[in-house]
Parts: sequence; structure tokens; C-alpha cells
Amino acid sequence: MLTMELLVATTIGTLTTAAIYLLQRARTFPVILGLALLSYATNVFLFAMGRLTINAPPLISADASRYTDPLPQALVLTAIVISFGMTAVIVVMALRAWLESGNDHVDLESQPNIDEGDGE
Amino acid sequence: MNLALIVILPFLGAVLPSLMIRVGRNASAIATASITLLTLALLLTHVPAVLRGEIPAISWQWLPALGLNVSFYLDGLGLLFAGLILGIGLLITIYARFYLAKKDPMGTFYSYLLLFQGAMVGIVLSDNILLLLIFWELTSLSSFLLIGYWRHLPEGRQGARMALVVTGGGGLALIAGMLLLGQAAGSYELQQILQQRELIQSSPLYLPALLLILIGCFTKSAQFPFHFWLPHAMAAPTPVSAYLHSATMVKAGVFLMARLWPVMSGTDAWFYLLVTTGLVTMVIGSFIALFKDDLKGLLAFSTVSHLGLMTLLLGLSTPMAAVAAVFHILNHATFKASLFMNAGIIDHETGTRDIKRLGGLLMLMPISATLAMVTAASMAGLAPFNGFLSKELMLEAAFHAEWAGNPWLIALLATFAALLSVAYSFRYIVHVFFGRRRDLDSHPHDPPAGMWLPPALLALLVVLIGLFPETMAGQLVRVAAGAVTGGQLPEFHLALWHGLTPALGLSLLATIGGLLLLANYARVRHWWQAGPHPEAKILFDGGQQLLITGCQRLVMGIHNGSLQRYIAALLAAALVLGVAAFFSSNYSSGQRPLLPAGPAMVVPWLLLIGCTLAAVVFHRQRFVSLMIIGVNGLIVSLGFVYLSAPDLALTQISVEVVTVILMLLALYFLPKQTPRAASILPRMRGVVLALGGGIGVGALSWAVMTRDFSTLSGYYLEQAKPGGGGNNVVNVILVDFRGFDTFGEIIVLGIAALAIVALLDGALRGRIHKSLENWQADEPTSADRHPLIMVVATRLMLPMALMVGAYIFLRGHNMPGGGFIAGLVVSIALIMQYMASGFGWAARQVKVDYHAMIGIGVLIAAATGIASMVLDHPFLTSKTEYVALPLIGKVGLASAMAFDTGVFLTVVGAVMLALAALSRMGHRLAHLPVNRRPMDINPRASNATPRQEKR
Repeated sequence: MLTMELLVATTIGTLTTAAIYLLQRARTFPVILGLALLSYATNVFLFAMGRLTINAPPLISADASRYTDPLPQALVLTAIVISFGMTAVIVVMALRAWLESGNDHVDLESQPNIDEGDGE
Repeated sequence: MNLALIVILPFLGAVLPSLMIRVGRNASAIATASITLLTLALLLTHVPAVLRGEIPAISWQWLPALGLNVSFYLDGLGLLFAGLILGIGLLITIYARFYLAKKDPMGTFYSYLLLFQGAMVGIVLSDNILLLLIFWELTSLSSFLLIGYWRHLPEGRQGARMALVVTGGGGLALIAGMLLLGQAAGSYELQQILQQRELIQSSPLYLPALLLILIGCFTKSAQFPFHFWLPHAMAAPTPVSAYLHSATMVKAGVFLMARLWPVMSGTDAWFYLLVTTGLVTMVIGSFIALFKDDLKGLLAFSTVSHLGLMTLLLGLSTPMAAVAAVFHILNHATFKASLFMNAGIIDHETGTRDIKRLGGLLMLMPISATLAMVTAASMAGLAPFNGFLSKELMLEAAFHAEWAGNPWLIALLATFAALLSVAYSFRYIVHVFFGRRRDLDSHPHDPPAGMWLPPALLALLVVLIGLFPETMAGQLVRVAAGAVTGGQLPEFHLALWHGLTPALGLSLLATIGGLLLLANYARVRHWWQAGPHPEAKILFDGGQQLLITGCQRLVMGIHNGSLQRYIAALLAAALVLGVAAFFSSNYSSGQRPLLPAGPAMVVPWLLLIGCTLAAVVFHRQRFVSLMIIGVNGLIVSLGFVYLSAPDLALTQISVEVVTVILMLLALYFLPKQTPRAASILPRMRGVVLALGGGIGVGALSWAVMTRDFSTLSGYYLEQAKPGGGGNNVVNVILVDFRGFDTFGEIIVLGIAALAIVALLDGALRGRIHKSLENWQADEPTSADRHPLIMVVATRLMLPMALMVGAYIFLRGHNMPGGGFIAGLVVSIALIMQYMASGFGWAARQVKVDYHAMIGIGVLIAAATGIASMVLDHPFLTSKTEYVALPLIGKVGLASAMAFDTGVFLTVVGAVMLALAALSRMGHRLAHLPVNRRPMDINPRASNATPRQEKR
């Protein structure tokens, strides 16, 4: 039977796989995309630590009989905002590096074969 | 109080000489001498009390949780050492004034000297062993500065480095040893530790603690096999050598062994380690000293030998041997400091310290010669000088000691070392001051009084202590030795004549033997020259080089500068740890009832998986992959909605929009394509690691989600309304329960925005500015520069979007929303204006300083928190009031709302600042005039020669 847990777990797994692959690329932009994907995966993972619940938002009301765990949500909310801040800084660092060196290889001039593409 | 001042004054005063040097060299020297004199005077005020047997002490708590207190005490041992350190320090200060050349920076020298002096006094007065360790390290550092004072000399630099490596390395061992000792004794307070003899010696930690502490002491006090650094430290200016190697630095190890004598001594381990090391050091030191042609080298190895003697005496573990050790510490300091200064005088006057080039100086410099003869005779252990007295005590103790059942071995070796020391001491006298006068470039004569008075004072002490030991030093030796042994001392009387004792016999034997040896020096030297001469420095340098190359190979092997390799290594390590942890535990599947998934969720799931894979496949097409990843964000938001997290959904979707805009702006400058990978291998490595990591994380999530759990959220759910005044528990947690975290978060966000501005503004101003002037967009730009439809649409939407933002903000405490989300929504509304009408135009309309906005936001949040502190509640306690507003109705106004306002302002400020910085950059580089109206066309897109127009 397809369960939500399975869907979420595979989502986290797929996002992480893609993120890790992109993180290892040699150019800055794919690495940034990898970080963005990894942020999704991490946020969903953290969120899932409160387990999955439907129709029970943590909004106090007289009608509600149960609530989902609000704590991971609060943590993930700030995590989302902070990962935006982090992404923004990294994007700009990559941009500055590109403007300074005219090359967007993650290793900059330390690698002799920087113009040979994606390789190490 | 003034006990602590004794330690602190030299540190405080250390700035003075460097300041006073502007006035002159004399002013600098006088400032140093005054500090030392003042400190010495403070110490002397305690002398009567300490001699009576009292122990002044003072203590402040520093880090009580670690057992680290600032506590000092002054017992007999501390008094003896502090007196030597300050007294000889004062003489050295005077001597150095005349010794240092004009070109030497004297202020710096005196500053180092005072730092070192303070650190030494700190060691001997510390009542807390952690504090003692701090001062111990300070002596290593400040002695490094002193030894390397002549930094233009390679020997000086190398000698300083070697001293630092050896004593600093020993210091590390000492730290570990002291911590173990503190563990064993249950306290880090020295006076308490010294009461715990049985406890410490029966502890299993005793032996490791002893070994580690002794490594520290042996390295510091130049015991074999760590003795080699000391002769190389002779590259220092002579005042430094005289100070460090007579009374201070090298005595620190001896001091610590004496200090810990009550609790550490008496065991077999202590006896054999100290006695054996001491004996070997004594013999080797005096043997090498005999063949050193450098005056300071001779004295250096003599110091090594005498330090061995003290170690031997402390190792013997009898109270009388301890008395001898203490007495010899005093005597050695007096004659050795004087001799070093004497060697400095000879060097200063003749221009050489090579004994082979010296001779017949007696008539040329009679004062210096007399002083040298007195002090060297004391070093040889001749009556009636003080060296004789302590040597007699040493031989007496050695005569009665046995080594592993062998009753004469210690006495034999001690006598042999004494014999050698007679020989080298007389070599100093005979080969320098007597014999044939050599041809020297200079015309040596006695130096100015400032240079010979300090050694003369010490020589006077040598004679006086020798003639009237009981009067001059009896009481001091008693209290100091009493402190070493912890109270019980045998009756003893310091005197020149004790009758016909075995020690006297050994002493005579040593003297005659030594003189005979010197008489046949040429033959002995010839024989010595045939033997091997292991040069410690070459071994040390070789070992060091080996280590360095090894480390370099290791580090460069792993750390070759490729970030790609590092991240692969990091990921692989994480993977290995995860796999190892999984297989070393027993896994069982979880029992939590699971949620069935309907097709409504399966479809978005398929979409997300597909998009993620597509993003990877098309990642070289940057625009495409960015758009695909945007879809992922939307689906994640959808998932949050479904899984009871409306706040997260709102945050995710608004962050998604902002992030994509930001990346698009960056992509305007960056290359639009990623070149194809050169080789298949790194890609395969990437795939393997990615699959491993992804499967691992996915499986971990599955394992967690299928298990039940307990949470502390029950409290938050119960207290949200009564305590936080809000129904939206997530928001209440953010602004109230965990408000301090949020406060930190917004500060980080603000810093991130400022960092972005700094990075980009730097690019516009810095050296790359020139090349940026010629920058051109690499993609065709639309002729419809600010399209009419977009301008109209965004303008219409602006008030609505702002309204939505305000609504989300106001209801945030009870319904999904709040400062973070409202801030993002408002930012998006504003960014759309920038996009539609261009940065230049929008910036002219919006007169908001986003820098200030971030600051005001943080300040408002902080003020909310502090307001509750004013009302005697902890930081960020919230308060709720219900206010009836016209038209809107009853509104719960929590003080948390003010905090949320701060969050809101910071978020808007940070997002706008970051995006505006990027857009401004684009605007500046596009070299287009600012449009006067909100919509227009690109004047260049229709023009064939775009570079002609300038702003």
C-alpha cells in the first residue's frame, strides 16, 4: 500500500540524491542548485521528525481534537528563511568570484585544468 | 591583595619600557627597574611573616565550574624563588642597560623581560595548578621572545624555535599530567593537593600523572635527553642567558618537582626516574662543558649539569636531600647569574667568547677576573664559597643513597661529575685569565660600573653565604625546605666545617682529580676529539624535517586544494559513518500506524520526483534547471499544506519566489551553460556517493517516521493561549517561547544581507571595476525594456499585495501567518515594482533605507525583550492585552506583536537589500539611462551600435 510516509521518505531520498550529485559538480551554479535541493530535503526531513499528520494544524480551537507537533514546524520555518539567507550569500559569492576571475570553477586558479570543463 | 599585585605588576608594567623608550634608553631602563623594585619591595613586606612560618594567601573565583581560581600563596619555596626572580631580574635590568648596543630596541627587550618576570613569579606563587599552567605557558612564550630577541641572527631564531618546541611540547604533557593529578586529588588547589599524599599515590592515575608532569619538568629544566635546547638558547643576548639559565626559566621544572615533592616523592617510580635522569644529566652536562670552547656554551652545559644535580637531590626523597636541593638552587642562581654576566663582559670587551682565542686577561681586566675567579670557584665547589656548602650536602646525601641495591654507584657518579665541574670551572679561570695573552683586535679593559656591579653584588653574596651560611641563608633555607618536605625537617646546621666526613673526602678527591684533569687537558682533549660527537641540533633538525615532510605529504595527499575532492571525502566519510552505525546496531521495523496516500498526493509526488531527476539531467542548462527546481519548491509547499503545516507552506512558497528571483538576477551575469565534464570518473564517483547518501537519508527518514515518539510540544500546545496569548502555536513558539532563537535568526539574516551588499559594492568599487565597465550582457535583451502590461499589472497588485501582507501579519498570532511570512510577501510586492519598471526608476520612487530598516527591526525586537526585563521578567516574556479597535473589532495585542514587527522589518529590509544590491549592479553595468517613466523601451535593442550611448 502506498503510504504518505513512503512518499515523503522517497521524496527526501530523491532530493538528497540529486543534491549530493550536484554538490560535487565543478561549477558554482550547479553547486548552488544542489544546496537549494539539499535545503528542501533537510527541511522536509526536520519537519518529518514531528511525524506526519493530516487535518490537525497546530492552531488552537475548540473544535480541534488533536494537533500535530508544532515544534519541528517552528524550527523548519526559521530554517527556510535562514536557508534563503545562506543561498543568497552563496549566490553572491559565486557571482563575485566569477566577476573577479572570469571563471566559475569552484576551485578557481588552484586547478590547472580549469578550462577543461566539469572534471577534477 | 598585594600578593596578587606581586604577580600582576610586572605584566601591567610591561608596557612602560616600550613607552618610555621614546624618552630615552635610561628612562626605559629606570622604568623597568622601578617596576621590578616595587614588586620586590612588595614581596619583602611578606618576608617576616613567611620566615615565622605563616603562609599569606589570596583567592578569587574565576571559573569555579572548572576548578580554575585565581589564587596565590607565598610559602618558603615561593619566597625563595620569587626573591631570586625579582632580585636577579633587577640586576639583569641594570646590566642589560649597558650591555645592549645602540641599535638594539631596548624598550622591546625590557617589555619582554617584564612579561617573562611576571610569568615566572606567577608560577611560583600560584595556588591553583590550572593557573600555574597558564603562567607556565606564558614563560615558554615570553622566553621564546627573549631568546629570539636578536631576530636578525638565524641562530637566535632557530634557538628560540627549538626552545619553544621542546618546552612547549613538554608543557602540553604537563597540562595532561596536572589535570590527572587534579583528578586524583579531587582538587586543583595546590595547597589541598599537597595534603593528599596517600590518596594520590594509591590512585591508578599516579603513574601516568607522574610521567607526564616529569616530561614537562625535564623539558623545561633541560634534563637528559631534552637538554639540547639549552645550549642553543645561548644565541640570546647574554642578559637573557644570565636570567633564564640561572634563576628562572630552567629552574621552573626544578621548582615544580620541589613543589610536588610532598605528594609525588618517595615512590620507586619517582626515585628511579629522578635519580637516574639527574645522574645522567649531571655527568653528561659536566663532561660536555669541559670541552666547550664557547664561554656561554661551557656555562650552559654547566647549568645542565647543575640542574641534574638538583633533580638527583629531589629524587633521593630524603628531607636532608631536599634541604641540599633548596640550598643549591639559591647558590647556583647566585654564582651562575654572575658568571653569565661575566662571560657577557668578556664578550663585550674582547669581541669573542672563544676560550681558545682568550688568555691572560687578568691584568687587563682585574675586577672582572676577580669576580670570575670567586664565582667559578664556587661553581667548582671550593671552600669557602657557597657552592662548596651545597656540594658537600649533595655528596653527603649521595654517599648514603643506594641505586637498585648498589651502595656506591650514586656516590661514584656524583663525585665524577663534581670532578668534571672542578675541571671546567678552572678551565674558565685558567684559560681565560691566565696564560699567554692573545692578539685581539680590541683592547679589553674593565667595563663601566653598571656592568660589573650586578655580578659583583652576586659574587659578594657567594662569599657571604659561603662564610656565614647560617646567618645569611639558614632561615630562608629552612622555610623553603620545610615547604618542600611539607613540614618535617631534620635538625641541621649550615657550616663550612662539619669535621672529617665522607663527603669531605669525596670533595677532596673531586678537587684533586679535577685539577689533574685540567693539567693534562691537551691529552684529554685529544682523546675526546677521537670519539664521536653527536650534534643534537642536527638530530633535532633532521627529526623536525622528517616530521614536516611527512605531514606535508599526508596533508597534501588529502588536501590538494580541490574543493571537489574535499566534498567527496566529506560525503564519503559521512556515508561510511552512517553505514557503520547502522550495521553495528540491530534494526527492527517501526510499528507506527501509517497514513494511506491518495492519488491527490501521488500525482504531485510523481511530479516532484520527475522534476528533481530532470533538474539533474538538465543541470548544464542553467535556466531550465532553475525553473524545474522552482517547481519542486511549490510541490514541497503543497505537501506542507496537506500535512497540517500551513505556516510552513506560506513561508516556503514566498521564499521560493524570492530565491528564484535572486538566482535569476545572478544568472544575468553568470554563464548560462555549464561545460560538459571532461572525464567520466568524477561523475561516476558523484553518482555513487549521491545514491548512497540519498538512499541512506531516505531510509533514515522512513525509519523515523514509522516509529512512535514522545515530544515536549504538549507544553507549547497547552500554554500557547494562556501563556503566549495566541492560537497559532507555531507563531507563538517563534515570537514567544523560543523568541531568543528568532532574535538570533533575524540578526543572521540582517548580517547576510549586509554581507551581500559588501560583496557587490566591493565589486563595483574595486579593481575589477574597470573590466566591469566593458561588461556586456551575453544574451539578447528585449526591446520592450519595461513592458506596459507588467507595469500596469504590478502597479495594480501593489496595494493588494501590501494589504495581504498586513493581513497576514496581523492575524499571525492566531492564524497561519506572522512576521516572517508577511515580510516575504511585502518584499515580493516591492520587488515586482523593480522588475517592472527597472531599478533606477523604482529606487527613485521608494525612499526607504533598507540598511536602516534592518537595524530598526533588530532594535525593535531587542527593545521588546528588554521591556520585559524592565518589568522584572526574563528577556522576551510576552504580555497580552485585548484592545477594541474601531471597525476591526477586538484584537489581541500581545507584546509579542511588537517583536513580530521587528521580525517583519528585518525580513523586508534584508530581502530588499540583497535583491536591490543585485539589481543595482545590473543597472550599473547595463549603462542605460534611467527611465523617466515607469514603462519604456530599450533604446539600444533597436540600435545596431549599442556602445555609443552613455549615461
